[in-house]
Amino acid sequence: MEKKGAEIIIETLEKKGVRLVSGIPGGSNLPIYDALSKSRKITHILARHEQGAGFIAQGIARTTGKAGVCIATSGPGVTNLLTALADAKLDSIPMIAITGQVASSLLGTDAFQEVDTYGLSLPITKHNFFIKNADEIEKTLFEAFWIAESGRPGPVLIDIPKDVQNQIIDFISMEDESRFEPKEEWNEEDLKKTAEKINRAQKPVLYIGGGVLSAEASQEIQTLSEKNSIPVVSTLMGLGAISSDHPLFSGMIGMHGAPCVNMMMEEADLIIVTGARFDDRATGKVDAFCKKASVIHIDIDKAEIDKIRKTDLYLAGDLKKIIGKLIPMIESSKRENWIQETEKLKKEHPMPFPKKKYHPASLIQRIGRELPDDAIIITDVGQHQMWTAQHYPFQKPRSFLTSGGLGTMGFGLPAAIGAALANPDKKIILFTGDGSFLMNIQELAVVHEWNLNITIIILNNRQLGMVKQQQELFFAKNYFASQFHYTPDFDSIGKGFGIRSIRIENETEEAKYFDDMIESKTPFLVEWMTDPDENVFPIVPPGKSNIEMIQE
Amino acid sequence: MKTAIIELTVRNHPGVMSHITGLFSRRAYNLEGIFVNRLKNTEKSRMLLAVEENEKISQIIKQLEKLHDVLEVSLRHDEKEELIRKMDEFLT
Ligand SMILES: Cc1ncc(C[n+]2csc(CCOP(=O)(O)OP(=O)(O)O)c2C)c(N)n1
Repeated sequence: MEKKGAEIIIETLEKKGVRLVSGIPGGSNLPIYDALSKSRKITHILARHEQGAGFIAQGIARTTGKAGVCIATSGPGVTNLLTALADAKLDSIPMIAITGQVASSLLGTDAFQEVDTYGLSLPITKHNFFIKNADEIEKTLFEAFWIAESGRPGPVLIDIPKDVQNQIIDFISMEDESRFEPKEEWNEEDLKKTAEKINRAQKPVLYIGGGVLSAEASQEIQTLSEKNSIPVVSTLMGLGAISSDHPLFSGMIGMHGAPCVNMMMEEADLIIVTGARFDDRATGKVDAFCKKASVIHIDIDKAEIDKIRKTDLYLAGDLKKIIGKLIPMIESSKRENWIQETEKLKKEHPMPFPKKKYHPASLIQRIGRELPDDAIIITDVGQHQMWTAQHYPFQKPRSFLTSGGLGTMGFGLPAAIGAALANPDKKIILFTGDGSFLMNIQELAVVHEWNLNITIIILNNRQLGMVKQQQELFFAKNYFASQFHYTPDFDSIGKGFGIRSIRIENETEEAKYFDDMIESKTPFLVEWMTDPDENVFPIVPPGKSNIEMIQE
Repeated sequence: MKTAIIELTVRNHPGVMSHITGLFSRRAYNLEGIFVNRLKNTEKSRMLLAVEENEKISQIIKQLEKLHDVLEVSLRHDEKEELIRKMDEFLT
C-alpha cells in the first residue's frame, strides 16, 4: 500500500503501543504533525519549550519503564531538546526523540534551521540514527525502541529530513524482529563464588542504585536482604526500590547521605553493588571508600565493572535474573552481631532532623506520612532535592523522580507533567526551588490545559540555595551570584496560568492549607516561603571521604 | 610507549567514524593511529585503531563494545602491528 514516510512513523509508534507523545511543531516536522493529527490512538501533548517536551517524555518513562517519545523540529527545536537527552543518558532513562531535519537537498548547506543534529546528539544518546529513505523508517523505529529499552536503558534520537517524511513508498509492514540483548557475562561458577562470599562475610552491605529500578528487581533485592540479614543502602537513584521503613533499609549513601550509612560502609567487609556505578556523589573520595570491603559488582553494563573501583568478583547481566538465582544459594542467617552493630549506628548517627517545625524537611516528611504509598514525588535540583531525598519516606519503586546524574534544574515541572499524564489515578507532588522552577515555568500552561493532578510546592528561599550553601561552607561566605535581588510573585504567576495558587509564610498558614495539599486533585501551586539561612546537612565536602561529613 | 591495535568490524555508514572518534575524545583516550577500509561486497568496514597499551585499554574496549554500530572488537598483537608501523613510515 502506498504510504507517506510521516504516516509510517505514526503507524509504527502506534504499533509499539505509544499513547502519548510530547513535542512542538515547526517547519521541518510538519508532515509528522499532519500524520499525527489523524491518529486515534496517540494523544499529543503540546509543550511550551522542547526541553519541556523532553522532560515530559522522561516523566512518562521514569514512571512506566517504557520509552517516552517526544518530537522536535530541526535547528532550535533540536538544540532546546539536548539537555533532556543528556539527562536521560546519565540516568539511563529510555526515551525516543524524533526530530525533523531540513530536506535532503539542503543538507550541509547551512540551510534555514539546519544544525548537525546527528553530531550534537551523538555523545548524549545511547544511539542515534539518520534516516535517508522512507523504507528505513519502520525498521529503524523498531530498533530504536529496542535499544532504548533493553540492557541499560537510554535515549535514542532519530533524525528524519522533511522530504523523507513526505516520500511516498509502497509500504509493507514487517514484524519487529530487532532483538538486542546485551552480552551477559556470568555463569554458575560465579554465582557459587558470590554465594560463598556472602555466606562467609561478617559485615556485608547491599549497595543499590537506579539499576534495581530499571531491572524491576526490588522484590529480589528485598528477599536477598531478608534471607541473609544484609543491610541495604541506596544511592539517590535507587530510593524507593525498597521501603524506607523496612528494618534492613539504612538510608541514602554519599554526599548528603545518612551518617550511619556512610559509617556502615566504612565498617563493611563486603559490599554487594547492584545497579549502581560508584558515582562520585555517592562514594566521596574513591580511594577512601569502603576501604575494608571486598566488592561484588552486579550490573547489566559491563563497562561499569572496574571503571571506578576494582572488583573482586563481578557478574555482568540482568539483575533480576542473577539475584533470583542467587537467593536459593544463600544461607538463611540472622547475623546478630552485625545487625546489632548497624542498629546501634542507626540509633546513634541517624539522618539529622531540623529542630524547627516550620522547615522544608518537616513539611516533606509530614506530607510523606499522609500521602498514599503510590504517590509520585518529583524534585528539581538543589537543597529542596536533597531534603526530599533525605526525609521523604519512599515506599515504592518508581515513586521518586529526580535528575541524579546531570542534576538539571528545570527537570521538575515537565517531569511531573509526564508522570501525571501516564498515571492519571495517582497523586503527583513536585518539590521545587524558586531557582529551578523558573527554568521551565512555561509548562504551567500544560498543567492547566490538561487539568493535571499535580501539587507544586515551591520552597522559596529567594536564592540559589545549594550554591549559596557551598559558598558559605567552602568559599568563606563570599556570596556571589547566588542570592536573587528580585524574586517574582509565584502565587500571582500561578494564577496567571489559571492555576489555583496560594502563599504560605508560617506554621499557622501551613496548618490551614495542609489538608488541601494532600487532597487536591487538580492543579495546585503552593509558594512556601522558607528561611534562606537553612542548609542541607550532613554534607561531605567535595573531594573528601564520606566519613568526613560536616554535620551542622 | 608500547602500541596496541584494536581491530573493529563496524556497520558502514557516514556517522560511524564520529561514533568511534567521539568516544575517544569524550572519554579522554588518546588515539595514535587509525586505518579504515570497507569490506568488499558488504555493508561493513574494518578499522584498526592504534592506542597506547596501558591500563585504560580494557575500559576502552568495553566502551567500544557498547556502541551499536560496532559488531566485533578484538585486541591484536600480530602482523597488523607491522601494518601500522609501515603506515607510520609512510606518513611521517
Ligand atoms: C541547569 C542548571 N544550572 C545550574 C546548576 C547549578 N546549581 C545546582 S543547585 C543550584 C541552585 C538551585 O536553586 P533552587 O532551585 O532555588 O533550589 P534550592 O537549592 O534553593 O533549594 C544551582 C544553580 C544546575 N544544577 N542546573
